[in-house]
Amino acid sequence: MSTVDPTVTSSRKDRGWYKRNEIAVTPWLFLAPAILFFVFYVIWPIYQSIAISFYAWDGLGEARFIGFDNYVELMDDRAFEVSLWNNLKWLLFYLLAIPGGLFIALFLNQTVTGIRIYKSLFFFPFVLSQVVVGLVFSWFYLPNEGLLNGILGLVGLGPVNVLGDPTWATYGIIAAGLWPQTAYCMILYLTGLNAVDPEQIEAGRLDGAKGWKMLWYIIIPQLKPATFIAFVVTIIGALRSFDLISIMTNGGPFGQTRVLSFYMFEKALAEFGFRMGYGAAIAVVLFLIMLVFIAYFLWSMWKEEKGR
Amino acid sequence: MRFTTKSMLMALAGSTMLAGAAQAELSGDLKIFLDTSNPAPRATMEKMISDFGALHPDLNIETTVIDREAYKTQIRNFLTADAPDVATWYAANRMTPYVSAGLFEDISDLWAEPEIAENLASTKGAMTIDGKQWGVPYTYYQWGIYYRKDIYEELGLSEPASFEEMKSNCQAIIDSGRACYTIGSKFLWTAGGWFDYLNMRTNGFDFHMALAAGEVKWTDDRVRATFANWRELIDMGAFLENHQNYSWQEALPFMVNGEAAAYLMGNFAVAPLREAGLTDDQLDFYQFPAINPDVELAEDAPTDTFHIPSGAKNKEAAREFLRYVVSADVQTEINNGANLGQLPVNASASVDDDKFLNEGFEMLSSNSPGGVAQFFDRDFPAEMAAEAMQGLQEFMVFPDNLDDILNRLDKVAERVYAN
Repeated sequence: MSTVDPTVTSSRKDRGWYKRNEIAVTPWLFLAPAILFFVFYVIWPIYQSIAISFYAWDGLGEARFIGFDNYVELMDDRAFEVSLWNNLKWLLFYLLAIPGGLFIALFLNQTVTGIRIYKSLFFFPFVLSQVVVGLVFSWFYLPNEGLLNGILGLVGLGPVNVLGDPTWATYGIIAAGLWPQTAYCMILYLTGLNAVDPEQIEAGRLDGAKGWKMLWYIIIPQLKPATFIAFVVTIIGALRSFDLISIMTNGGPFGQTRVLSFYMFEKALAEFGFRMGYGAAIAVVLFLIMLVFIAYFLWSMWKEEKGR
Repeated sequence: MRFTTKSMLMALAGSTMLAGAAQAELSGDLKIFLDTSNPAPRATMEKMISDFGALHPDLNIETTVIDREAYKTQIRNFLTADAPDVATWYAANRMTPYVSAGLFEDISDLWAEPEIAENLASTKGAMTIDGKQWGVPYTYYQWGIYYRKDIYEELGLSEPASFEEMKSNCQAIIDSGRACYTIGSKFLWTAGGWFDYLNMRTNGFDFHMALAAGEVKWTDDRVRATFANWRELIDMGAFLENHQNYSWQEALPFMVNGEAAAYLMGNFAVAPLREAGLTDDQLDFYQFPAINPDVELAEDAPTDTFHIPSGAKNKEAAREFLRYVVSADVQTEINNGANLGQLPVNASASVDDDKFLNEGFEMLSSNSPGGVAQFFDRDFPAEMAAEAMQGLQEFMVFPDNLDDILNRLDKVAERVYAN
């Protein structure tokens, strides 16, 4: 009675630690590379940026702790204020890409000969490098020889220097950015339109819906996933705007087209930028703005998951 | 067997010792980083380095050429992380961040050698910080006004000798439907050139340097006088319109096409202007005329330099390389018209027979008694220069904003010079 079968215990012991904890450990093993990279390339740099923002440091010599001085200086920095407003303009006007993309997608969502060619042509600007887009648009805007002024001249309007005028330059750059971004949203909506349920359209039609009502109450609700993705990529695109500014105006005229990311680059990393702490403080502000959107995105995705 | 191996080793050791004795003592690796990425300077440098290598066959030279603009931001990375043995850079205040961080080697010992002390005396000041020398120059070039001689002749104008004449010339050019001066201020520094000259002519070299050192306020009346002179030119329409859209290269065609008559620029503008088809009969040069007759003329002559990073591994070979670069023969060779097309830094070297080089050399050696400045963004501390050049561009577009700009610059100066 008291004898326990020796073979059972020994075979238990023979199984290694991993075998015994397989179910609990395996998911973490698979997650490990991602977690490692996320910590190393995202969490750690965020922590470092925040830490550096409390120092006065030229990136070469000794760093000196100065508490919140960088942030206090930001409050009073007009160039920072201009960059912040420009970021806001970007966020707001860049969203025009979503309705723009939707309408082009609706327009292209038909079967005629060669529609694939038209679709590719509309998608083309998204394939172009931002540098090329920036160059093409800066030629388009050229004050004397530019195409824009040629067209304006035909209807009797005086020449404008879009990129040289501090009030218009940012809008000029955003317009250039909208070109590829609209194409991106268009593709998202084109795939979304494939998934629209024809039976619902049929049912709506029987109930007398057509035109705008059909679009607003039947089509757009079904495009919600596409709209969400389009919103996410457009917001992120607006906050990341850097290359177009760098190519088209280099932040000018006299710093009026800078956004936070560009200002940070100028202060910390560019030719005359030796203020790592100040640049890091700008980066932290930009991060906080992004955090608002990231929180919203995560929250709405979580809600979606829970709803299922 | 054992015996033969041993003897062979002995023989080998003996032969290397012999070779070592016969050659100059330099051996090992020499890593050189260059920012001379444009085709002509690049070829010049590579030729010079291979000539140096031929003199020292045991030295394994490794040259890295980095894009000139990218170099300006990469330098702080490679100086701290993986320093080469020799690196190019710029003179005066542009060295300061690296000197004060201890990243450049003090090479005052080289400057104490008679060969260098005697022949390079004129540029010693630009290489000196805290009484020590931190590098050697390898080339420099004059700034001044390059103008279309044929347009001047057509309008019956001659090279101006005073500010009044400069303005009356300009009025005649404007009346003929052209801009007096082309300029592209998109990248800001070109406006710094105008400020350099207007300030040095209005207030003199010493005042300009005091402003650069933060000893004078930007809101000072003397600085305002400089801007008042500048404003006269702006108000009469002397400068190319929409200059804030153009880089300095994009401003060249206006001069080539005859839409603008002159360009305040460094001598490096001559090559593209010639390539664009202007002959030496059409293109000429004059020194920026005097404005205030009481101040001595002073010029901008930016100097490009070689340095030894303090993290260099083969400093002995690096020093030898620097000696080689500044030697008279090499200076004559690399600065001639077929190569860099600039001025040699060694007094015993000869200037190539080129119209503009001769005029520039003449001007700098005999008609610049006030002093020789480097350039706005090299004389002023980096951060001050960046803010100020932006303000200068704003002034050129909206001269009415002057008060606001000067107050802003004072505020920046307070912080920059406090450290």
